[in-house]
Amino acid sequence: MAETRDNVRYLASHEWARLEADGTVTVGISDHAQDALGDVVFVELPETGRSVQAGEEVAVVESVKAASDIYAPVAGTVIGVNDVLDAAPETVNDAPFDEGWFFKLQPADDNALNELLTPEDYRALCAADDH
Amino acid sequence: MLKKTCLNSCHIEAGGKMVDFGGWEMPIHYGSQLDEHLWVRASAGMFDVSHMTVIDLVGPDVKPFLRKLLANDVERLKTSGQALYSAMLNPAGGVLDDLIVYRLAEGYRLVVNCATREKDLAWIKACAEAFEVVVATPPNLSILAVQGPSALSVLSSVLDSAQVSLLSRLAVFESGFAGDWFFARTGYTGEQGAEIVLPNADAPGLWQALLASGVRPIGLGARDTLRLEAGMNLYGSDMDEGVSPLACNMAWTVVHNDRDFIGEAAVQAARAARVQPRLIGVMLKERGVLRAQYPVYSGDARVGVLTSGAFSPTLQCGIGFARVSAVTQPLFVEIRGKQLPLEPVSLPFVRHGKPVYSVIS
Repeated sequence: MAETRDNVRYLASHEWARLEADGTVTVGISDHAQDALGDVVFVELPETGRSVQAGEEVAVVESVKAASDIYAPVAGTVIGVNDVLDAAPETVNDAPFDEGWFFKLQPADDNALNELLTPEDYRALCAADDH
Repeated sequence: MLKKTCLNSCHIEAGGKMVDFGGWEMPIHYGSQLDEHLWVRASAGMFDVSHMTVIDLVGPDVKPFLRKLLANDVERLKTSGQALYSAMLNPAGGVLDDLIVYRLAEGYRLVVNCATREKDLAWIKACAEAFEVVVATPPNLSILAVQGPSALSVLSSVLDSAQVSLLSRLAVFESGFAGDWFFARTGYTGEQGAEIVLPNADAPGLWQALLASGVRPIGLGARDTLRLEAGMNLYGSDMDEGVSPLACNMAWTVVHNDRDFIGEAAVQAARAARVQPRLIGVMLKERGVLRAQYPVYSGDARVGVLTSGAFSPTLQCGIGFARVSAVTQPLFVEIRGKQLPLEPVSLPFVRHGKPVYSVIS
Protein backbone atom coordinates (compact mmCIF):
# COMPACT_ATOMS: atom_id res chain seq x y z
CA MET A 1 0.00 0.00 0.00
CA ALA A 2 1.50 3.30 -1.09
CA GLU A 3 2.05 6.09 1.44
CA THR A 4 -0.05 9.25 1.32
CA ARG A 5 0.48 12.48 3.26
CA ASP A 6 -2.25 14.48 4.92
CA ASN A 7 -0.49 17.87 4.69
CA VAL A 8 -0.65 18.03 0.88
CA ARG A 9 -3.30 18.19 -1.85
CA TYR A 10 -3.28 16.02 -4.98
CA LEU A 11 -4.05 15.93 -8.69
CA ALA A 12 -5.73 12.93 -10.31
CA SER A 13 -2.53 12.72 -12.40
CA HIS A 14 -0.66 11.89 -9.14
CA GLU A 15 1.19 15.16 -8.42
CA TRP A 16 1.10 16.49 -4.86
CA ALA A 17 1.15 20.19 -3.87
CA ARG A 18 2.09 21.46 -0.42
CA LEU A 19 1.36 25.00 0.79
CA GLU A 20 4.40 26.15 2.77
CA ALA A 21 4.37 28.63 5.68
CA ASP A 22 5.80 31.35 3.40
CA GLY A 23 2.90 31.02 0.96
CA THR A 24 4.86 29.14 -1.74
CA VAL A 25 3.75 25.77 -3.12
CA THR A 26 6.08 22.76 -3.40
CA VAL A 27 5.21 20.15 -6.05
CA GLY A 28 6.21 16.50 -6.46
CA ILE A 29 4.75 13.14 -7.38
CA SER A 30 3.09 10.71 -4.99
CA ASP A 31 4.43 7.46 -3.65
CA HIS A 32 1.73 5.68 -5.64
CA ALA A 33 3.05 7.37 -8.83
CA GLN A 34 6.72 6.56 -8.24
CA ASP A 35 5.80 2.95 -7.51
CA ALA A 36 3.82 2.68 -10.75
CA LEU A 37 6.62 4.31 -12.77
CA GLY A 38 9.44 2.14 -11.44
CA ASP A 39 13.03 3.37 -11.22
CA VAL A 40 13.23 7.04 -12.19
CA VAL A 41 16.25 7.70 -14.43
CA PHE A 42 15.76 11.30 -15.61
CA VAL A 43 13.76 14.37 -14.62
CA GLU A 44 13.38 17.40 -16.89
CA LEU A 45 12.61 20.44 -14.75
CA PRO A 46 11.16 23.84 -15.77
CA GLU A 47 13.10 27.10 -15.99
CA THR A 48 12.96 29.26 -12.90
CA GLY A 49 10.87 32.37 -13.55
CA ARG A 50 8.49 30.64 -15.97
CA SER A 51 4.89 31.49 -15.44
CA VAL A 52 2.53 28.54 -15.65
CA GLN A 53 -1.21 27.85 -15.82
CA ALA A 54 -2.96 25.25 -13.69
CA GLY A 55 -2.84 21.96 -15.60
CA GLU A 56 0.05 23.04 -17.84
CA GLU A 57 2.81 20.50 -18.61
CA VAL A 58 5.86 21.86 -16.80
CA ALA A 59 8.18 18.90 -16.21
CA VAL A 60 8.82 15.35 -17.41
CA VAL A 61 9.73 12.32 -15.37
CA GLU A 62 11.34 9.42 -17.21
CA SER A 63 11.45 6.01 -15.59
CA VAL A 64 12.78 2.71 -16.89
CA LYS A 65 9.23 2.14 -18.12
CA ALA A 66 7.96 5.38 -19.67
CA ALA A 67 8.08 9.16 -19.94
CA SER A 68 5.32 11.02 -18.05
CA ASP A 69 4.33 14.67 -18.06
CA ILE A 70 4.12 16.54 -14.78
CA TYR A 71 1.39 19.19 -14.57
CA ALA A 72 1.33 22.43 -12.59
CA PRO A 73 -1.33 21.95 -9.88
CA VAL A 74 -2.06 25.68 -9.67
CA ALA A 75 -1.24 28.81 -11.69
CA GLY A 76 1.81 30.80 -10.66
CA THR A 77 5.50 31.37 -11.23
CA VAL A 78 8.27 28.78 -10.93
CA ILE A 79 10.58 30.09 -8.19
CA GLY A 80 12.85 27.08 -7.74
CA VAL A 81 13.63 23.56 -8.93
CA ASN A 82 15.17 20.58 -7.16
CA ASP A 83 18.68 20.34 -8.66
CA VAL A 84 19.36 17.20 -6.62
CA LEU A 85 17.30 15.29 -9.21
CA ASP A 86 19.84 16.06 -11.98
CA ALA A 87 22.47 13.80 -10.47
CA ALA A 88 20.22 11.60 -8.35
CA PRO A 89 16.85 11.07 -10.07
CA GLU A 90 16.32 7.97 -7.91
CA THR A 91 15.56 10.39 -5.03
CA VAL A 92 12.03 10.52 -6.50
CA ASN A 93 11.69 6.80 -5.72
CA ASP A 94 13.37 7.00 -2.34
CA ALA A 95 11.60 10.06 -0.88
CA PRO A 96 8.77 11.21 -3.14
CA PHE A 97 7.17 13.54 -0.53
CA ASP A 98 10.43 14.92 0.86
CA GLU A 99 13.84 15.18 -0.86
CA GLY A 100 12.28 14.02 -4.17
CA TRP A 101 10.21 17.21 -4.75
CA PHE A 102 10.28 18.68 -8.28
CA PHE A 103 9.71 22.46 -8.21
CA LYS A 104 8.31 25.35 -6.18
CA LEU A 105 5.68 27.84 -7.32
CA GLN A 106 4.63 31.27 -6.14
CA PRO A 107 0.88 30.76 -6.62
CA ALA A 108 -1.17 33.42 -8.39
CA ASP A 109 -4.06 32.73 -6.03
CA ASP A 110 -3.46 31.79 -2.38
CA ASN A 111 -6.65 29.74 -2.24
CA ALA A 112 -6.14 27.74 -5.44
CA LEU A 113 -4.97 24.65 -3.55
CA ASN A 114 -8.45 24.22 -2.10
CA GLU A 115 -9.63 23.16 -5.56
CA LEU A 116 -7.36 20.11 -5.56
CA LEU A 117 -8.09 16.58 -4.32
CA THR A 118 -8.02 16.07 -0.56
CA PRO A 119 -5.90 13.19 0.85
CA GLU A 120 -9.14 11.28 1.35
CA ASP A 121 -10.22 11.80 -2.29
CA TYR A 122 -6.77 10.79 -3.48
CA ARG A 123 -6.67 7.60 -1.40
CA ALA A 124 -10.02 6.60 -2.90
CA LEU A 125 -8.65 7.24 -6.40
CA CYS A 126 -5.55 5.11 -5.76
CA ALA A 127 -7.64 2.31 -4.28
CA ALA A 128 -9.75 2.31 -7.45
CA ASP A 129 -6.50 2.27 -9.51
CA ASP A 130 -5.31 -0.83 -7.70
CA HIS A 131 -8.38 -2.83 -8.69
CA MET B 1 -6.98 -16.18 -18.10
CA LEU B 2 -3.22 -15.67 -18.31
CA LYS B 3 -0.93 -18.64 -18.73
CA LYS B 4 1.48 -19.26 -15.87
CA THR B 5 4.88 -20.90 -15.80
CA CYS B 6 5.44 -23.43 -13.06
CA LEU B 7 7.68 -20.86 -11.32
CA ASN B 8 4.74 -18.44 -10.93
CA SER B 9 4.47 -18.83 -7.16
CA CYS B 10 8.26 -18.43 -6.88
CA HIS B 11 8.00 -15.06 -8.63
CA ILE B 12 5.22 -13.87 -6.35
CA GLU B 13 7.09 -15.08 -3.26
CA ALA B 14 10.15 -13.11 -4.47
CA GLY B 15 8.06 -9.93 -4.76
CA GLY B 16 7.67 -10.06 -8.53
CA LYS B 17 5.42 -7.40 -10.05
CA MET B 18 3.44 -9.56 -12.44
CA VAL B 19 2.25 -8.30 -15.81
CA ASP B 20 0.56 -9.68 -18.93
CA PHE B 21 3.39 -10.54 -21.33
CA GLY B 22 2.03 -12.00 -24.55
CA GLY B 23 -0.69 -13.88 -22.66
CA TRP B 24 1.65 -15.05 -19.88
CA GLU B 25 1.71 -13.73 -16.33
CA MET B 26 5.38 -12.81 -15.95
CA PRO B 27 7.47 -10.64 -13.59
CA ILE B 28 8.43 -7.21 -14.99
CA HIS B 29 10.65 -6.61 -11.92
CA TYR B 30 11.02 -7.66 -8.30
CA GLY B 31 11.40 -4.15 -6.84
CA SER B 32 14.03 -2.36 -8.91
CA GLN B 33 14.77 -3.01 -12.56
CA LEU B 34 17.99 -0.96 -12.29
CA ASP B 35 19.30 -2.97 -9.34
CA GLU B 36 18.48 -6.23 -11.14
CA HIS B 37 20.32 -5.10 -14.27
CA LEU B 38 23.45 -4.10 -12.34
CA TRP B 39 23.34 -7.32 -10.31
CA VAL B 40 23.54 -9.42 -13.48
CA ARG B 41 26.53 -7.36 -14.68
CA ALA B 42 28.28 -7.75 -11.31
CA SER B 43 27.20 -11.16 -9.99
CA ALA B 44 24.51 -13.55 -11.24
CA GLY B 45 20.81 -13.39 -11.94
CA MET B 46 18.19 -15.90 -13.03
CA PHE B 47 15.44 -15.46 -15.58
CA ASP B 48 12.35 -17.62 -15.97
CA VAL B 49 11.99 -17.90 -19.75
CA SER B 50 9.67 -20.89 -19.70
CA HIS B 51 7.23 -18.96 -21.89
CA MET B 52 9.60 -19.47 -24.82
CA THR B 53 8.95 -22.37 -27.15
CA VAL B 54 11.07 -25.51 -27.49
CA ILE B 55 10.67 -27.39 -30.78
CA ASP B 56 12.41 -30.71 -31.37
CA LEU B 57 12.93 -32.00 -34.92
CA VAL B 58 13.92 -35.53 -35.88
CA GLY B 59 13.72 -37.69 -38.98
CA PRO B 60 15.90 -38.75 -41.90
CA ASP B 61 15.43 -35.41 -43.71
CA VAL B 62 15.94 -33.13 -40.72
CA LYS B 63 19.23 -31.62 -41.88
CA PRO B 64 18.15 -30.82 -45.47
CA PHE B 65 14.90 -29.47 -44.03
CA LEU B 66 16.66 -27.03 -41.68
CA ARG B 67 19.09 -26.02 -44.44
CA LYS B 68 15.98 -24.97 -46.42
CA LEU B 69 14.11 -23.41 -43.46
CA LEU B 70 16.85 -21.29 -41.89
CA ALA B 71 18.96 -18.43 -43.27
CA ASN B 72 21.96 -19.62 -41.29
CA ASP B 73 23.30 -23.04 -42.30
CA VAL B 74 23.06 -25.95 -39.82
CA GLU B 75 25.83 -27.58 -41.86
CA ARG B 76 28.07 -25.38 -39.70
CA LEU B 77 27.09 -27.47 -36.65
CA LYS B 78 29.83 -30.07 -36.97
CA THR B 79 29.21 -32.01 -33.79
CA SER B 80 26.34 -32.77 -31.46
CA GLY B 81 25.76 -29.98 -28.94
CA GLN B 82 26.83 -27.05 -31.11
CA ALA B 83 24.41 -24.13 -31.45
CA LEU B 84 23.70 -21.45 -34.04
CA TYR B 85 21.73 -18.20 -34.05
CA SER B 86 19.54 -17.86 -37.14
CA ALA B 87 16.72 -15.98 -38.78
CA MET B 88 13.78 -17.89 -40.22
CA LEU B 89 12.63 -15.94 -43.29
CA ASN B 90 9.44 -15.83 -45.30
CA PRO B 91 9.67 -16.09 -49.12
CA ALA B 92 9.71 -12.27 -49.32
CA GLY B 93 12.89 -12.24 -47.24
CA GLY B 94 11.28 -10.83 -44.07
CA VAL B 95 12.17 -12.17 -40.64
CA LEU B 96 9.48 -14.58 -39.39
CA ASP B 97 11.45 -15.11 -36.19
CA ASP B 98 14.94 -15.30 -34.77
CA LEU B 99 15.93 -18.46 -32.95
CA ILE B 100 18.71 -20.64 -31.67
CA VAL B 101 19.14 -24.08 -33.20
CA TYR B 102 21.01 -26.73 -31.21
CA ARG B 103 22.31 -29.91 -32.80
CA LEU B 104 21.36 -32.89 -30.63
CA ALA B 105 22.74 -36.44 -30.73
CA GLU B 106 19.68 -37.22 -32.83
CA GLY B 107 17.99 -34.34 -34.62
CA TYR B 108 17.90 -30.66 -33.66
CA ARG B 109 16.28 -28.46 -31.02
CA LEU B 110 14.95 -24.97 -31.80
CA VAL B 111 14.14 -22.39 -29.16
CA VAL B 112 11.87 -19.70 -30.60
CA ASN B 113 10.11 -16.65 -29.19
CA CYS B 114 6.96 -16.71 -27.10
CA ALA B 115 4.73 -14.36 -29.08
CA THR B 116 5.55 -16.12 -32.37
CA ARG B 117 4.85 -19.66 -31.14
CA GLU B 118 1.72 -20.48 -33.10
CA LYS B 119 2.85 -18.72 -36.27
CA ASP B 120 6.23 -20.46 -36.17
CA LEU B 121 4.77 -23.91 -35.55
CA ALA B 122 2.28 -23.53 -38.39
CA TRP B 123 5.03 -22.35 -40.75
CA ILE B 124 7.52 -25.05 -39.74
CA LYS B 125 4.91 -27.80 -40.06
CA ALA B 126 3.78 -26.52 -43.46
CA CYS B 127 7.36 -26.38 -44.73
CA ALA B 128 8.09 -29.81 -43.26
CA GLU B 129 5.39 -31.50 -45.33
CA ALA B 130 7.79 -32.01 -48.21
CA PHE B 131 10.33 -33.68 -45.90
CA GLU B 132 10.50 -36.76 -43.70
CA VAL B 133 10.65 -34.79 -40.48
CA VAL B 134 8.75 -35.04 -37.19
CA VAL B 135 8.02 -31.70 -35.49
CA ALA B 136 7.41 -32.02 -31.74
CA THR B 137 6.92 -29.58 -28.88
CA PRO B 138 8.04 -31.49 -25.79
CA PRO B 139 5.56 -30.79 -22.98
CA ASN B 140 6.09 -29.91 -19.30
CA LEU B 141 9.42 -28.13 -19.71
CA SER B 142 10.69 -25.07 -17.90
CA ILE B 143 13.57 -22.85 -19.03
CA LEU B 144 15.78 -21.04 -16.55
CA ALA B 145 18.58 -18.75 -17.73
CA VAL B 146 21.37 -18.04 -15.24
CA GLN B 147 23.57 -15.16 -16.34
CA GLY B 148 26.39 -13.06 -14.92
CA PRO B 149 30.11 -13.22 -14.18
CA SER B 150 29.56 -15.67 -11.31
CA ALA B 151 26.72 -17.63 -12.99
CA LEU B 152 28.79 -20.71 -13.85
CA SER B 153 30.54 -20.94 -10.48
CA VAL B 154 27.24 -20.61 -8.60
CA LEU B 155 25.63 -23.21 -10.85
CA SER B 156 28.51 -25.56 -10.14
CA SER B 157 27.85 -25.20 -6.41
CA VAL B 158 24.19 -26.28 -6.66
CA LEU B 159 24.26 -28.93 -9.43
CA ASP B 160 25.08 -32.63 -9.07
CA SER B 161 28.45 -33.98 -10.20
CA ALA B 162 27.27 -35.26 -13.61
CA GLN B 163 25.69 -31.88 -14.37
CA VAL B 164 28.79 -29.98 -13.20
CA SER B 165 30.98 -32.22 -15.32
CA LEU B 166 28.86 -31.54 -18.42
CA LEU B 167 28.67 -27.79 -17.83
CA SER B 168 32.44 -27.53 -17.32
CA ARG B 169 33.02 -29.19 -20.71
CA LEU B 170 30.75 -26.81 -22.62
CA ALA B 171 32.20 -23.82 -24.47
CA VAL B 172 30.11 -20.79 -25.38
CA PHE B 173 27.32 -21.77 -27.80
CA GLU B 174 27.60 -25.46 -26.89
CA SER B 175 24.97 -27.61 -25.24
CA GLY B 176 24.29 -31.08 -23.92
CA PHE B 177 22.09 -33.29 -21.77
CA ALA B 178 22.77 -34.46 -18.23
CA GLY B 179 19.92 -36.90 -17.68
CA ASP B 180 16.77 -35.07 -18.79
CA TRP B 181 18.20 -31.61 -18.09
CA PHE B 182 19.46 -29.76 -21.17
CA PHE B 183 22.27 -27.25 -20.60
CA ALA B 184 23.26 -24.61 -23.16
CA ARG B 185 25.97 -21.98 -22.86
CA THR B 186 23.75 -19.34 -24.46
CA GLY B 187 21.98 -16.26 -23.18
CA TYR B 188 20.56 -12.81 -23.84
CA THR B 189 22.67 -10.55 -21.62
CA GLY B 190 26.24 -10.42 -22.97
CA GLU B 191 27.48 -12.16 -19.83
CA GLN B 192 28.70 -15.65 -19.06
CA GLY B 193 26.00 -18.12 -18.22
CA ALA B 194 23.77 -20.98 -19.21
CA GLU B 195 20.21 -21.66 -20.20
CA ILE B 196 18.75 -24.80 -18.67
CA VAL B 197 15.74 -26.63 -20.09
CA LEU B 198 14.43 -28.98 -17.42
CA PRO B 199 11.27 -30.84 -16.39
CA ASN B 200 8.67 -28.60 -14.73
CA ALA B 201 8.81 -30.74 -11.60
CA ASP B 202 12.50 -29.89 -11.12
CA ALA B 203 12.32 -26.16 -11.82
CA PRO B 204 11.21 -24.81 -8.40
CA GLY B 205 13.96 -26.84 -6.70
CA LEU B 206 16.66 -25.33 -8.94
CA TRP B 207 15.16 -21.86 -8.41
CA GLN B 208 15.27 -22.21 -4.62
CA ALA B 209 18.80 -23.61 -4.63
CA LEU B 210 20.05 -20.71 -6.76
CA LEU B 211 18.17 -18.19 -4.64
CA ALA B 212 19.80 -19.61 -1.51
CA SER B 213 23.21 -19.23 -3.21
CA GLY B 214 22.77 -15.50 -3.83
CA VAL B 215 21.43 -15.61 -7.40
CA ARG B 216 18.73 -12.95 -7.69
CA PRO B 217 15.59 -13.26 -9.81
CA ILE B 218 15.57 -10.83 -12.76
CA GLY B 219 12.42 -9.52 -14.42
CA LEU B 220 11.57 -8.84 -18.04
CA GLY B 221 12.41 -5.14 -17.65
CA ALA B 222 16.08 -5.78 -16.90
CA ARG B 223 16.12 -8.58 -19.46
CA ASP B 224 15.31 -5.95 -22.09
CA THR B 225 17.97 -3.43 -21.02
CA LEU B 226 20.59 -6.19 -20.67
CA ARG B 227 19.96 -7.47 -24.19
CA LEU B 228 19.97 -3.92 -25.57
CA GLU B 229 23.37 -3.18 -23.99
CA ALA B 230 24.55 -6.54 -25.38
CA GLY B 231 23.50 -5.43 -28.89
CA MET B 232 20.95 -8.22 -29.26
CA ASN B 233 17.74 -7.79 -31.23
CA LEU B 234 14.24 -8.11 -29.86
CA TYR B 235 11.76 -9.74 -32.23
CA GLY B 236 8.73 -7.51 -32.85
CA SER B 237 10.72 -4.34 -32.06
CA ASP B 238 13.95 -4.47 -34.05
CA MET B 239 12.67 -6.82 -36.74
CA ASP B 240 9.51 -8.46 -37.95
CA GLU B 241 8.06 -10.06 -41.07
CA GLY B 242 8.48 -6.85 -43.06
CA VAL B 243 12.17 -6.40 -42.24
CA SER B 244 15.10 -7.94 -44.14
CA PRO B 245 17.87 -9.50 -42.03
CA LEU B 246 20.16 -7.00 -43.78
CA ALA B 247 18.19 -4.14 -42.20
CA CYS B 248 18.36 -5.47 -38.64
CA ASN B 249 22.06 -6.19 -38.20
CA MET B 250 21.59 -9.90 -38.96
CA ALA B 251 23.53 -10.08 -42.23
CA TRP B 252 26.28 -11.99 -40.39
CA THR B 253 23.82 -14.82 -39.73
CA VAL B 254 22.80 -15.25 -43.37
CA VAL B 255 24.86 -17.86 -45.19
CA HIS B 256 24.70 -18.10 -48.98
CA ASN B 257 25.89 -21.30 -50.62
CA ASP B 258 24.38 -23.82 -53.00
CA ARG B 259 21.54 -24.89 -50.71
CA ASP B 260 18.77 -22.31 -51.61
CA PHE B 261 17.01 -21.44 -48.33
CA ILE B 262 13.55 -19.89 -48.05
CA GLY B 263 13.77 -16.13 -48.67
CA GLU B 264 17.24 -16.28 -50.20
CA ALA B 265 16.28 -14.82 -53.58
CA ALA B 266 14.69 -11.83 -51.84
CA VAL B 267 17.76 -11.31 -49.65
CA GLN B 268 20.03 -11.44 -52.71
CA ALA B 269 17.86 -8.86 -54.45
CA ALA B 270 18.03 -6.64 -51.35
CA ARG B 271 21.83 -6.99 -51.30
CA ALA B 272 21.95 -5.83 -54.90
CA ALA B 273 19.83 -2.75 -54.16
CA ARG B 274 21.93 0.38 -53.82
CA VAL B 275 20.37 1.90 -50.71
CA GLN B 276 19.91 -0.41 -47.79
CA PRO B 277 18.61 0.71 -44.41
CA ARG B 278 20.73 -0.54 -41.57
CA LEU B 279 20.44 -0.94 -37.84
CA ILE B 280 23.08 0.87 -35.80
CA GLY B 281 23.76 1.55 -32.14
CA VAL B 282 23.16 5.11 -30.96
CA MET B 283 23.91 6.97 -27.74
CA LEU B 284 22.20 10.14 -26.55
CA LYS B 285 24.82 12.85 -26.03
CA GLU B 286 22.68 14.73 -23.52
CA ARG B 287 20.89 13.63 -20.38
CA GLY B 288 17.72 11.73 -21.10
CA VAL B 289 16.23 8.46 -22.24
CA LEU B 290 15.83 6.98 -25.73
CA ARG B 291 12.61 5.13 -26.57
CA ALA B 292 11.48 2.97 -29.48
CA GLN B 293 9.72 4.91 -32.28
CA TYR B 294 11.50 8.25 -31.69
CA PRO B 295 12.35 9.72 -35.12
CA VAL B 296 15.98 10.20 -36.19
CA TYR B 297 17.14 13.16 -38.30
CA SER B 298 20.23 14.22 -40.15
CA GLY B 299 19.88 17.95 -40.64
CA ASP B 300 16.29 18.53 -41.81
CA ALA B 301 15.94 15.07 -43.32
CA ARG B 302 14.28 12.29 -41.41
CA VAL B 303 16.64 9.34 -41.94
CA GLY B 304 15.14 6.72 -39.66
CA VAL B 305 13.62 5.68 -36.39
CA LEU B 306 14.65 4.09 -33.11
CA THR B 307 13.55 0.45 -32.97
CA SER B 308 14.61 0.03 -29.32
CA GLY B 309 15.65 2.47 -26.66
CA ALA B 310 16.30 2.68 -22.95
CA PHE B 311 18.40 4.23 -20.24
CA SER B 312 21.58 2.15 -19.98
CA PRO B 313 22.28 1.35 -16.33
CA THR B 314 25.88 0.39 -17.15
CA LEU B 315 26.70 3.44 -19.30
CA GLN B 316 24.36 5.82 -17.42
CA CYS B 317 22.97 7.39 -20.59
CA GLY B 318 20.27 6.88 -23.18
CA ILE B 319 21.07 4.12 -25.71
CA GLY B 320 19.16 2.53 -28.55
CA PHE B 321 19.11 0.93 -31.96
CA ALA B 322 18.28 3.16 -34.93
CA ARG B 323 17.20 1.90 -38.35
CA VAL B 324 18.59 4.54 -40.69
CA SER B 325 18.86 4.96 -44.45
CA ALA B 326 22.22 6.69 -44.10
CA VAL B 327 24.62 7.50 -41.31
CA THR B 328 25.29 11.08 -42.39
CA GLN B 329 26.44 12.94 -39.35
CA PRO B 330 25.46 14.72 -37.29
CA LEU B 331 22.45 12.62 -36.25
CA PHE B 332 19.67 13.88 -34.02
CA VAL B 333 16.76 12.29 -32.23
CA GLU B 334 13.53 14.17 -31.69
CA ILE B 335 12.29 13.96 -28.12
CA ARG B 336 9.17 15.94 -27.19
CA GLY B 337 9.69 18.32 -30.10
CA LYS B 338 13.37 18.98 -29.38
CA GLN B 339 16.28 17.70 -31.48
CA LEU B 340 19.06 16.21 -29.35
CA PRO B 341 22.42 14.94 -30.70
CA LEU B 342 22.96 11.20 -31.19
CA GLU B 343 26.30 9.47 -31.52
CA PRO B 344 26.35 6.40 -33.80
CA VAL B 345 28.35 3.59 -32.23
CA SER B 346 29.34 0.01 -32.97
CA LEU B 347 27.47 -2.85 -31.27
CA PRO B 348 27.46 -4.27 -28.68
CA PHE B 349 27.54 -1.44 -26.16
CA VAL B 350 28.56 -3.72 -23.28
CA ARG B 351 30.20 -7.16 -22.95
CA HIS B 352 31.09 -8.88 -19.70
CA GLY B 353 30.16 -5.81 -17.67
CA LYS B 354 32.42 -3.41 -19.60
CA PRO B 355 31.78 -0.78 -22.29
CA VAL B 356 33.10 -2.11 -25.62
CA TYR B 357 31.48 0.18 -28.20
CA SER B 358 33.41 2.55 -30.43
CA VAL B 359 32.15 5.70 -32.09
CA ILE B 360 31.39 5.42 -35.82
CA SER B 361 32.95 8.43 -37.51
